[in-house]
Amino acid sequence: MTQEEEIVIMPGAWNLPFRHTAGRFASRFFRELRDNKKIYGVRCPKCRRVLLPPRPMCERCFAPIDEWVEVGHQGTVEAYTVLCVPFMGLPPPPLGMAVVKLDGADTGLNHILGGIEFSDPDKSGEAVKIGMRVEAVWKEQRHGEILDIQYFKPV
Amino acid sequence: MGRKVAIAGVGLTKCSSHRKDVTYPELVYEAVSAALADAGIGFEQIDAVVYGSMDTFGGVFAPERWCVDSCVSAGFLNKPMLKITTGGTTGGSIALGAYYHVGSGMFDVVLAVASERVGEGLEAQLVLNTAVDPIYERWIGAGAITIAANQASSHFHYYGTTQEDLAMVAAKNYANALNNPYAHLQRHLTVEDALRSRMVSWPLRLSDCCPSSDGACAIIFASEKRARQIAKQPAWVRGAGQITDNYFAVDRPWFHDWDSLAMLARRVYKLAKISDPMDEIQVAEPYVAFSIQEILEYEALGFAEPGKGAELIRKGVTAMTGKVPFCPSGGTLCTNPIGATGLVRVAEAALQVMDNADKRQVPNVKTALAHSWGAVVGFHTMMILDKEAP
Repeated sequence: MTQEEEIVIMPGAWNLPFRHTAGRFASRFFRELRDNKKIYGVRCPKCRRVLLPPRPMCERCFAPIDEWVEVGHQGTVEAYTVLCVPFMGLPPPPLGMAVVKLDGADTGLNHILGGIEFSDPDKSGEAVKIGMRVEAVWKEQRHGEILDIQYFKPV
Repeated sequence: MGRKVAIAGVGLTKCSSHRKDVTYPELVYEAVSAALADAGIGFEQIDAVVYGSMDTFGGVFAPERWCVDSCVSAGFLNKPMLKITTGGTTGGSIALGAYYHVGSGMFDVVLAVASERVGEGLEAQLVLNTAVDPIYERWIGAGAITIAANQASSHFHYYGTTQEDLAMVAAKNYANALNNPYAHLQRHLTVEDALRSRMVSWPLRLSDCCPSSDGACAIIFASEKRARQIAKQPAWVRGAGQITDNYFAVDRPWFHDWDSLAMLARRVYKLAKISDPMDEIQVAEPYVAFSIQEILEYEALGFAEPGKGAELIRKGVTAMTGKVPFCPSGGTLCTNPIGATGLVRVAEAALQVMDNADKRQVPNVKTALAHSWGAVVGFHTMMILDKEAP
């Protein structure tokens, strides 16, 4: 056969609704963000680490957790990137993303890095430094979700 | 330790952004037929099948049903089949599954099959997002790429690695892919081209990131007796393993060292009785979905001291002409049929040991390493293959 064969393409799509319970721990965490502008972690009774986001068990000690600990609104950038192409569910690029270790927590929190000018994509990462101090900027209208903290900005 | 096990046949398919010429089962049939032909055995000689994929990418849940006839007519011959899905390590886990089947003594000849049709999905990012924690993490659309970018920016900060180093990894792997007829991206890329390509997630540019590919792979694992009957030069499994790490990747907010991979490497080298990988391994097919990861892998796999990985690419140690070529196939950076990719790494390592890698063959290979990572850096697999039975 000399001419290219025509290939039929069958369309497909998934649009499946689900509902995921956030459970008691995340629900309380989100409630504190919304109602009190407070960020809570939980402390493992065995290793004493303060874990964020809150969870019902320590994966290192396999111990159940029930102690809540408020952590700071400031923290340190441990790792980062600057998204230069659009990503689903996120504001338009360029957009800073940082792993922030909040004061009093032993784990990181992935969040948006704002208040920094990222003009040239090629040099965008040079505006951020590991070890940089940052603080939470809160939304006026909060809905009980991680983005009630709008972003973290340099202190 | 179980019985001795070897790879006795390997089958790969051409990978591309959409293999429109074949349906999903036809793609799998292509890989399985190639593996049987390579081994020179009939489909009835397979005792069991281990199959896997990351289902959602292709838009068909549980494709083992669609593809059962292509897996040595497993349905018709009523062969037992297991299905494995572990993110990017799916293919690596399938290889381990087949190895354990034979090593346990319960089966003599086992077919490992992995397939993925990332090209049938129109938005891989949406699919990836369904694998992310729905409570805390799903709002961050990106997963794997931001983690890889964190690895890169951290390696830059702590160890002085640069964008030029990443560009050298990309240029090397793109050049290698030109020798691999099964590779997806097959184009010449210079270091300068790489440095000019579009910034995606600083400091990773487009050429630092893998494509989305359609592709499949099949490997025949056999017991010592059967392997010697089937293959002129079997690729013997000298050591293998898998390691897990905890769920939230940012619980460990240091990204410049790949601790879990270093730990797995120590375990697997102990099994394989390898004390100095640089002197005892001649070729490596690690999972390099993002260029920075090859540098982290040099270090975690023991080919460089922590922080010194970039020196290997700068000095050409891992080029085709170097002491230990990494990714002679072009690797994951040029071809990523996600659930199949880990098995492709094992297949490429086996081809090197069996002296069947054609234009991408590294001379004088005795021992080869295959690796995969996945599950947002939560899992790794490794397999060491050798010309000599352990």
